[in-house]
Amino acid sequence: MATVIIPTPLRKFTNNTTRLQVNAGNVGDTIREITINFPDLKKHLLDEEGGVRSFLNIFIGNDDIRDLQNEKTPVKDDTIISIVPAIAGGKENSSSPLK
Amino acid sequence: MSANNFSFSREELARYNRHIIIPEFGLEGQQKLKAAKVLVIGSGGLGSPVLLYLAAAGVGTIGIVDFDVVDDSNLQRQVLFGINEIGKPKVEAARRRLEALNPHVEIKIYNTHLNSGNALDILRDYDVIADGTDNFPTRYLVNDASVLLNKPNVYASIFQFEGQASVFNYTNKKGETGPNYRDLYPVPPPPGLVPSCAEGGVLGVLPGIIGSLQALEVIKVITGVGEPLSGRFYIFDALNFESRTFNIKRRDDNPLNGKNPSIHELIDYEQFCGMRAVEEKPIKEITAKELYDWQVKGKKFQLIDVREPHEFAIVNLGGELIPLATVLDNADKIDREIDVVVHCKMGGRSAKAIKELEDKFGFRNLYNLKGGVLAYIDEVQPQLTRY
Repeated sequence: MATVIIPTPLRKFTNNTTRLQVNAGNVGDTIREITINFPDLKKHLLDEEGGVRSFLNIFIGNDDIRDLQNEKTPVKDDTIISIVPAIAGGKENSSSPLK
Repeated sequence: MSANNFSFSREELARYNRHIIIPEFGLEGQQKLKAAKVLVIGSGGLGSPVLLYLAAAGVGTIGIVDFDVVDDSNLQRQVLFGINEIGKPKVEAARRRLEALNPHVEIKIYNTHLNSGNALDILRDYDVIADGTDNFPTRYLVNDASVLLNKPNVYASIFQFEGQASVFNYTNKKGETGPNYRDLYPVPPPPGLVPSCAEGGVLGVLPGIIGSLQALEVIKVITGVGEPLSGRFYIFDALNFESRTFNIKRRDDNPLNGKNPSIHELIDYEQFCGMRAVEEKPIKEITAKELYDWQVKGKKFQLIDVREPHEFAIVNLGGELIPLATVLDNADKIDREIDVVVHCKMGGRSAKAIKELEDKFGFRNLYNLKGGVLAYIDEVQPQLTRY
């Protein structure tokens, strides 16, 4: 089973689990699979069409899936998948919407 | 002027000795540092270690952009500042600290909010940009301005226990330019999907670690020593003590410098990100009854009246008259140590005065009298003349 590393900002949706073991054939299916087990993650990982959100970066090993086969990139048992969202840092209001 | 035209005094040679004796670094590396101009955007958690190490290392000119004032909640991680600086503009407090640390470097300060109108002018004079800001609109602004001006942008970001770093838009010795922030993150997360630091917080030492890495990369970019973190994206998870370095590449669809660039000038980044870069802070208020209470108890405070002289002549509460239009010119008459109540007839002009004083001079001790003179007359002293 492939290992998915959950980034700090999303761990509150995985009961603070940092690594998930997932059985799926490619990256897209892997991400969709974990949203089934942790439904609160869904809106953070998948867009309305069920595709992986464009503001997330997903790496297999050290490589960006956009340089491989994107969501279709095959996943093996020893694959390590990292989800890396953009973080802006510091301020409490970094996400306050325009009024 | 070429870097090897920069010479050192005896004091400087002694100060930088531990750099100069590193074989790969040498006097040449130190000269490059002295010749360099680095702009540090944000003097908070990341900016603190970046600024301290760059000043200590002898970077010749260091610019600091920040509009904020020091708050006591900053001191847990912003090691540039101490309790004596609370309430003071960060850039001024930072300059004092850095000048005391190394008098051989020049510190330039910009006590302003970086925006699309001033970014190119401020960034233009510098060789390297270090982005330690705290919100997405300013991240994209700094990135785009760096790319448009063709300058390397040493990036770092933190959240809770996690840090990120990279060197964006770096042109190597072969003339090849590496990826920038938009190659990595073409679009920002929509507001609401970013867990905020108010929920999350940040472990104070984390910006110390990541900011030090950022300072390291600035020094490598300037001196050409080692391999800068260009085309690579570093992340550090302090909780598990794990770090990973990913490979990142330029993208053909990058709107700044991809195959078909569509952005040729700075845009409205708050609009682009759907969120504000700077939150409007509510103005602190005091009611007429509370003011009366302060007066009766003999509390030490200053009362400022921002109405016009003819209004003051009709009725006044014994405050100092500084009409709204002249308030910025008379900021030195306003006390910074004790509480200051600002009032007008109904509370509108005094709120405006407080906003201007907070924005321009970083006042944190101003209170607006709610409802102004009229509320005071109604609630406390009905015998006074209404108008």
